Amino acid sequence: MSALLEVRGLRKTYGDRLVLDSVDLDVRAHDVVCLIGSSGSGKSTLLRCLDLLEDVDDGTITLGGVEISDPLVDPREVRKRVGMVFQAYNLFPHLSVLDNCTLAPRRVHGDSRAAAEERALGLLDQFGLAEHARKHPDRLSGGQQQRVALVRALCTGPDLLLLDEITAALDPELVGEVLTIVRDLAAAGTTMVLATHEMAFARDVATKVCFLHQGRILEQGPPDQLFTAPREDRTRQFLARVLPTAG
Amino acid sequence: MTDTSPGSATAAGSAAAWTPSLRELERRAVRRRLRRRSLLVASGLVVLVLLALGVAITSSPGWPNVKELFFSWEHAKAVFPDVLDGFWLNVRLFLICEVVILVLGLLVALARVARSPWLAPVRVLAVVYTDLLRGIPTLLLVLMLGFGMPALGLQGVPISGTFWAGVALVLSYSAYVAEVFRAGIDSVHPSQVASAQALGLSRPQALRFVVVPQAVRRVVPPLLNDFVSLQKDTALVSAVAVFDAVFAARDYAAYNFNYTPYVVVAAFFVVLTVPLARFTDWLQRRWLARERAGQL
Ligand SMILES: Nc1ncnc2c1ncn2[C@@H]1O[C@H](COP(=O)(O)OP(=O)(O)OP(=O)(O)O)[C@@H](O)[C@H]1O
Ligand SMILES: [Mg+2]
Repeated sequence: MSALLEVRGLRKTYGDRLVLDSVDLDVRAHDVVCLIGSSGSGKSTLLRCLDLLEDVDDGTITLGGVEISDPLVDPREVRKRVGMVFQAYNLFPHLSVLDNCTLAPRRVHGDSRAAAEERALGLLDQFGLAEHARKHPDRLSGGQQQRVALVRALCTGPDLLLLDEITAALDPELVGEVLTIVRDLAAAGTTMVLATHEMAFARDVATKVCFLHQGRILEQGPPDQLFTAPREDRTRQFLARVLPTAG
Repeated sequence: MTDTSPGSATAAGSAAAWTPSLRELERRAVRRRLRRRSLLVASGLVVLVLLALGVAITSSPGWPNVKELFFSWEHAKAVFPDVLDGFWLNVRLFLICEVVILVLGLLVALARVARSPWLAPVRVLAVVYTDLLRGIPTLLLVLMLGFGMPALGLQGVPISGTFWAGVALVLSYSAYVAEVFRAGIDSVHPSQVASAQALGLSRPQALRFVVVPQAVRRVVPPLLNDFVSLQKDTALVSAVAVFDAVFAARDYAAYNFNYTPYVVVAAFFVVLTVPLARFTDWLQRRWLARERAGQL
């Protein structure tokens, strides 16, 4: 089966600094790919490149058989199919929760207000946020805001969801609340690429785990293999640091 | 199309000597072509619009008259030294007023956002000041202070019309600038004050070290707007018989029945404004580049 997203030889530099170096990655439909690795290893940068928020310096990104790293491709067309959620929520503070969620469906996808609101309210309800629909984001807790950000990304019905450490800013109780949702999405067959520091979670939901080290994917494989029998020393050292109890 | 790089991602090495792939070179060529095309469209359109305007104006029936009245080279040359002398006064007035206005405006804005009960009278004063001074047309203020204060004949009060015209400009513009600063201060998210206070900073310290620096950056464009406006309004001092560039031009125009001096003065003001605008644009871009790099 051909991949939904294909990354080949991706390279990204900031000035002299090499941040991503010949990254290869395949994401098939219904895959949940977890990017792990220490801080500064390039996880966020990779996700930003996938969403065309950064110009890459070499290599190709192919989405559904179309090379989207081509300068002639309109990034907006790509982003209609790809949803992204950021670590810092990035909700629009001047819009209510509901308006945050209906902005893109109405303005980009041309849905009617009624249809967009119905869909958004359905999703908000599903994620336990129905009572907050008319509030402004600053009034919500961190976990609630992050769930709203997820709903906002889901409202356009993306083929691929990119999640960048969406639980990093949350306290452990709220982490569970957000991860449950991601787990539900994974179970429903949503295709996702997510950067995370939650190893237990990665082990649980991932179909594939990629270990990034200094801008390269040193090792990738199914979670059972990567967490229990890593091939690379670096991976073993990293896992020993983040999972002190695991063998 | 895609040049599939060989096999597994785990293969190390080959990083040291990187040469762009064919695909990347091709992509750079496309990017270059796109950039060149948009540059071409932009410059083509600008030239076209300017040409059309030029033709429309010069082909109008009254153009020869207008040209003689407003764009006479002889008159321009003749009035140039006087205008230059006068303009030097405008420039000095502008530079001095600008500094005073910045300081006064910021102080008034800070007085308005202060919370301390001790500062309540100052706060009331600041509100009254901005409401009142923004309401009075600048020209009236210049006339009242420029003619009124010297006429008082008080001991120790300067009698120079230029001085009082400058004071009028300062009072009027500080009120505007204070409101600009206040809007900037209000636009900084409260979480910034909260995190500053969490570090143990007092509220004035939080304002001084965290809020105001961010606010100032945000309000640079509207401030520049006010300063361009101030540059032009230094011309108002001519109303109280101060011999500035506009006064010199009006003098000459009335004597020679030719309006070219006005165009010359206008050119002076434009020449002064454009570099200031470019400078602040540059400053602004530098700040943004440093603070926003890839930030999400
Ligand atoms: N705009 C930028 N300009 C210069 N360097 C940058 C920029 N953005 C990121 N970097 C650098 O790129 C490297 C990778 O950053 P990235 O944010 O992708 O790391 P990360 O794996 O997401 O880390 P974390 O787990 O802390 O989020 C870092 O060393 C960072 O300093
Ligand atoms: Mg990151």
